[in-house]
Amino acid sequence: MSRLRRTMLYVPGNNPGMIRDVHIYGADAIMLDLEDSVSLNEKDAARMLVYNSLKTFDYGKTEVVVRVNGLNTPFGRDDLEAIVRAKPDTIRLPKTETPEDVKEADELISQIEQKIGMKHGTVKMMAAIESALGVINAYQIGIASKRLTGIAIGAEDFVTDLKTTRSLDGIELLTARSQILFAARAAGIDALDTVFSDINDEAGFTNEVKLIKQLGFDGKSIINPRQIEIVHRIFTPTEAEVKKSTRIIEAIKEAESKGSGVISLNGKMIDKPIVERARRVLQLADAAKIFVK
Amino acid sequence: MKIHDVGMAGTLESSDITIHIEDNEGKGIEIGLKSTVENQFGNQIRKVIYETLQELEVKDALVCATDKGALDCTIRSRVMTAVNRACQSNTYPWEAK
Repeated sequence: MSRLRRTMLYVPGNNPGMIRDVHIYGADAIMLDLEDSVSLNEKDAARMLVYNSLKTFDYGKTEVVVRVNGLNTPFGRDDLEAIVRAKPDTIRLPKTETPEDVKEADELISQIEQKIGMKHGTVKMMAAIESALGVINAYQIGIASKRLTGIAIGAEDFVTDLKTTRSLDGIELLTARSQILFAARAAGIDALDTVFSDINDEAGFTNEVKLIKQLGFDGKSIINPRQIEIVHRIFTPTEAEVKKSTRIIEAIKEAESKGSGVISLNGKMIDKPIVERARRVLQLADAAKIFVK
Repeated sequence: MKIHDVGMAGTLESSDITIHIEDNEGKGIEIGLKSTVENQFGNQIRKVIYETLQELEVKDALVCATDKGALDCTIRSRVMTAVNRACQSNTYPWEAK
């Protein structure tokens, strides 16, 4: 079963205290950022700090993601040289607009892996889509590399590109979110939502998380540990959902043990998508520490 | 590596350390340290600074460090960045000795 990515907590890559503590809050993934949260004259310092930190800290089961600078900047290639060697789980590419952006990064990562004797494909990738062109190319981006585990929408740059601003109901993002979600599902990878910047607007944040969950997103990038609990709560299945899913999985196992080709539960046929949903519900319940029989 | 200019790295935030490094022509490595945890970890901080400079083959350097409780990996990072800036080089840990 794939990794849960309900929450991905950003931390600025030049802040040693935050880098040290970032995993203790319980986000599914942490993202050490070398891009927008690091000023131009500190890129070298942040790259060195993130490299040495990743070589030192054990973040346990938390997925470790590093957002590098774009390969069209003076920093992107040096970022990859350092960060691949530090072996994070995932490298996140910013401002991806075409499949070639992904392929170029994939090629560079492959070269570094080969150079240092690391198994090919060890380091995964995620691509952030932050422009109209990126949204139009979302599916091609999503299938551009076997390393890709997900595509994400980055809303701040996207709304600027669209000549609009963000609103609380997120109407301006609806098409992009839907298209990125469709592309991710068609490519068989995760779809990840953007940050919600006003950390004091809990109601607005809650509504946005409910919206993206209902759309089908796997999770959301977050900028403050206070946002973790809200996302995880909304992604936690209800007791009824857990019970129903448990029964479905039991029915599947029973049918398999009898060699039965057709599975039914309470007179209703259980097919593959229902089983997949049930497994996903139980994975979310397990992550929320709900007892699963 | 020969220090040509003055190099600085790090911040005064908690868990960080500032490193100011300049040439110390023929006088070896001298380290001046102010730390909030001087009594407990002063010697360890000096050791990490010294060892990092040795890895980078810096023989003569005058270092002024102001520590706010940085871990070894942070000290190492800030020293390397300060040396790179002072030498206008781009040496990474895997390239050091």
